[in-house]
Amino acid sequence: MTDFLLELRSEEIPARMQERARADLEKLFVAELGKAGLKADAITTYATPRRLALIAKGLPQATEAVSEELKGPPQGAPDQAVEGFCRKAGLTRDQLEVREVKGRATYFAVIDTPGRETAAVIAEAIPAVIRAFPWPKSMRWGDASTSTESLRWVRPLHGIVALFGDDVVDFEFAGIRSGATTLGHRFHHPGEITIGSAADYVEKLRACHVIVDGAERRGIIALGAKMAANQANLSLVEDDGLLFENAGLTEWPVPLLGRFDEAFLDVPPEVIQLTARVNQKYFVCEQDGKLTNAFVCVANIDAADGGDRIVAGNEKVLAARLSDARFFYETDLKTKLEDLTPRLEKIVFHEKLGTVADKVDRVAKLARWLVEEGIVVDSSSRSREGLGEGVSAATAASPASPPPTPPAGGRGELADMAERAARLAKADLVTGMVGEFPELQGLMGGYYAAAQGEDPRVAEAIRDHYKPVGQGDDVPTAPVTVAVSLADKLDTVAAFFAAKEPPTGSKDPFAVRRAAFGVLAITMANALRIAVTEPLDRAWLAARSTMFVWSNEISRVEADWATAIAKQGGGVFDFIEAFLARSGIQGADAENWQKDTLNNYELFQSEVLNFFADRLKVQQREAGVRHDLIDAVFALGGEDDLVRLLARVKALQAFVGSQDGANLLAGYKRAANILKKEGWGDTASDRHDEGSNKKTLSYTPEPAEDALIRALDAAEPKAAAAIEDEDFEGAMAALASLRAPIDAFFDTVTVNDTDADKRAARLDLLARMRDAVHRVADFSKIEG
Amino acid sequence: MTEPLSFQRMILTLHDYWSDRGCLILQPYDMEMGAGTFHTATTLKALGPESWNAAFVQPCRRPTDGRYGENPNRLQHYYQYQVILKPSPADLQDLYLGSLAAIGIDFTQHDIRFVEDDWESPTLGAWGLGWEVWCDGMEVTQFTYFQQMGGFDCKPVAGELTYGLERLAMYIQNVDSVYDLKFNDAGVSYGDVFLENEKQMSTWNFEVADTESLFDLFKKATAECERCIDAKLPIPAYEQAIKASHTFNLLQARGVISVAERQAYMGRVRDLAKGSCQAWIDKKTPEWEANFPGWVL
Repeated sequence: MTDFLLELRSEEIPARMQERARADLEKLFVAELGKAGLKADAITTYATPRRLALIAKGLPQATEAVSEELKGPPQGAPDQAVEGFCRKAGLTRDQLEVREVKGRATYFAVIDTPGRETAAVIAEAIPAVIRAFPWPKSMRWGDASTSTESLRWVRPLHGIVALFGDDVVDFEFAGIRSGATTLGHRFHHPGEITIGSAADYVEKLRACHVIVDGAERRGIIALGAKMAANQANLSLVEDDGLLFENAGLTEWPVPLLGRFDEAFLDVPPEVIQLTARVNQKYFVCEQDGKLTNAFVCVANIDAADGGDRIVAGNEKVLAARLSDARFFYETDLKTKLEDLTPRLEKIVFHEKLGTVADKVDRVAKLARWLVEEGIVVDSSSRSREGLGEGVSAATAASPASPPPTPPAGGRGELADMAERAARLAKADLVTGMVGEFPELQGLMGGYYAAAQGEDPRVAEAIRDHYKPVGQGDDVPTAPVTVAVSLADKLDTVAAFFAAKEPPTGSKDPFAVRRAAFGVLAITMANALRIAVTEPLDRAWLAARSTMFVWSNEISRVEADWATAIAKQGGGVFDFIEAFLARSGIQGADAENWQKDTLNNYELFQSEVLNFFADRLKVQQREAGVRHDLIDAVFALGGEDDLVRLLARVKALQAFVGSQDGANLLAGYKRAANILKKEGWGDTASDRHDEGSNKKTLSYTPEPAEDALIRALDAAEPKAAAAIEDEDFEGAMAALASLRAPIDAFFDTVTVNDTDADKRAARLDLLARMRDAVHRVADFSKIEG
Repeated sequence: MTEPLSFQRMILTLHDYWSDRGCLILQPYDMEMGAGTFHTATTLKALGPESWNAAFVQPCRRPTDGRYGENPNRLQHYYQYQVILKPSPADLQDLYLGSLAAIGIDFTQHDIRFVEDDWESPTLGAWGLGWEVWCDGMEVTQFTYFQQMGGFDCKPVAGELTYGLERLAMYIQNVDSVYDLKFNDAGVSYGDVFLENEKQMSTWNFEVADTESLFDLFKKATAECERCIDAKLPIPAYEQAIKASHTFNLLQARGVISVAERQAYMGRVRDLAKGSCQAWIDKKTPEWEANFPGWVL
């Protein structure tokens, strides 16, 4: 068995592409060798800025000879068939053999493929690998680029090392002859070096100041950066992304600590960190948990002077960057957020949904409403722990009983703050700092709000209103923030449905799914008791109203007036009526608009809850909540209180996981199957008068039948009462009491009795049992 | 340690270096432009099959970057040193590093890095792959392999090096303000030469320039460009495109172009530049095909 070494040496490969390139190299190499029936015992790949390498261990010297037999048509078959077979086998007719198969003379092709030297296979495989390499971006270069057919690579490719054992696998590709020589570190060891075999590759390069293993370089950087910080009595702010990036920019990483003027610490720490990270790829340091005036850069060289000049140079660059950042910060501070908001009228949010200013107005009104309706309440009237601190979205809260009604006085103040925060929340989009670093949106608004003396709760809401931005992000719990964040997200969901741009398949250009996820996370984390369709309806009305204004059918003042009336009336018909009454449009235009609005509303109504159900499934997947159980509860219909819904799902999950639950489910399925087979109506009451369940039987029931009737008589009111109290465990327990009677019923009672009365009564009994179960969840949706 | 090079000595050293390596030493294009890439020696010469090696200094004007001479790092008028080598030589990186060594950068003491930075100019319908070259964390050069220009494939590909001269000089001379750079070795600073210019031009760019005339100029340059394209005169057409581009930059600095209009103006300039490149290609293709049998666009 022999080892193979491949090195593809090029000009600097972008750091972000190196990890993926390693995986691609392995995949393509394995596939190419696999075509020849070759498989290595183990494959290792390496990437540095200047090389991609692969070591395949344990390859045979040659591939095995293969003899393959193909059975063809019988002798005497039409020529066409025989010729087709020859083509497939790659033989001529006279090369075919004839054998007896069940008494018929039949053509056979015997294809002998002799073994090939592995080196020869590799010599063909490597060019194929290079040609097929899926770089995210590739280029042409040099003399050959006179043709667009010339080789494309991520950057100019200069050398190929290909060694099978100690021998060069000799081939030429795109003007490059394979060999055994490569280059070491660009500055430490600029000359050529000769590799002996796969076994000495890593160490030979190390001796020439190249650490080929990215994981080792990351380790050196992680440790070196930490030590550099520790020596200065600081702690490093660790950052995996930076680790990979710096390892992808260096063959010989040397972390170095630098400083910047303490005066820059007046700038928000996030800004400093971002400037250092994004523009310069530096780590930052902390002292006593606070950002301090030090950074760690990673050089690609062991400098002769120990790195003093390198540090000085980097310090200067960072200082220039930070003074730019400070300039933005100080300039931004000179303008109040409310004076920036008129500029939001110039930023288009979406071509149908108006400007960012329009969105701000909708969100502000909705945020206020959420408070005024008592959906978002002041934390002082709640008994939750840890308010103000984020609750991880993945560990969404347990259900809670409805909160007490808050004192009315607090509600007004809270509503004012929510509206104020919402009106200022997007103003930072037009600040210099957010223009420079878009990822600081919200955060900068929070700083600027605090600086201009806004209530801390308002500043916090501005800062955090984009949260959560994904699974695992902090979920707001401070009431003002909750109101603004929730309103913003509800508006996004409803507005894009209104504009007929809901997400489809993998396409979600406006991040509507993320907004819906945010709605769920905030609702769960704060145990908000909210019938979610209600604010969604309001948001939809407001969005349609903007659309109407935006398409120039009605003035903004008129539209606001009409929307207000519609919201008081509370329905889409009031909305349409109010709008048509106040706009100038008439006749066919009015009719079309009315039709379009109604259609859109119906679609919205029918789809938006399913949309949330799907989001809920994804959100709860990590928490281990079964998607089929979510369906089972959603299928009951009419449930738009997401907290209650989830509590129900969780109780259901616990129940079906128990022995009682599993057995009841089995009994339910058996009953449902019989009812389906017998075509017994959807519900018992479809077929009988009210109260028919309890009608006197025309015969004496069998003991098990009687027991089931009595069990249902007892369980039904208990389950109903428990559901009324939102005690879903209690409801499940009531159902569990049906388990033994239903088992006994199926064991001893014949449903399809020859007596038609008995048969009907027993089917009714099963239907009654099914309906009792359905009051808790649609068990037919449960898998397994 | 030897005395660091003055600003003018650095330019002369680069001229010598690239001249010795077969480059024509050209003079700046005599029109206002935002980057050295606009020079016809780069844009138009990057197209077509013939070999082309040139180096030149190009003054660049970026009206919105003006800071009235108050920011030590930002100027509305500065210099780029541009080298274009077509086809890109196999040892382009080494040639480039040689030029850094020539102006006094010691690779045993400094950290040189090639950091991914792909270049794209929607205005010129051009793009390429390459890096920004870092010296101790500072970007000193844009290094690009042109793949397309004016929407056409570069066949062959040209390598383009764009040195930020002021930055490089600030680095070599170790000064914190561009105005403190030694321009020569006889006591003249960059500030002596350009500070007053920055103050006056910033004022004009931001406050004084007559927007009516500028709008008019934009319109006229646009019309003239199209006339030249129709007359099959790609070079004059391209000059008018450059003029329109700079006029647009001035209008931007005056803050009279709204966000909504901005895209439209940029699209207009792009169309002119592309149209000029197209006219250049139309004019030159017969010649290229005759002189380079087998070459196709």
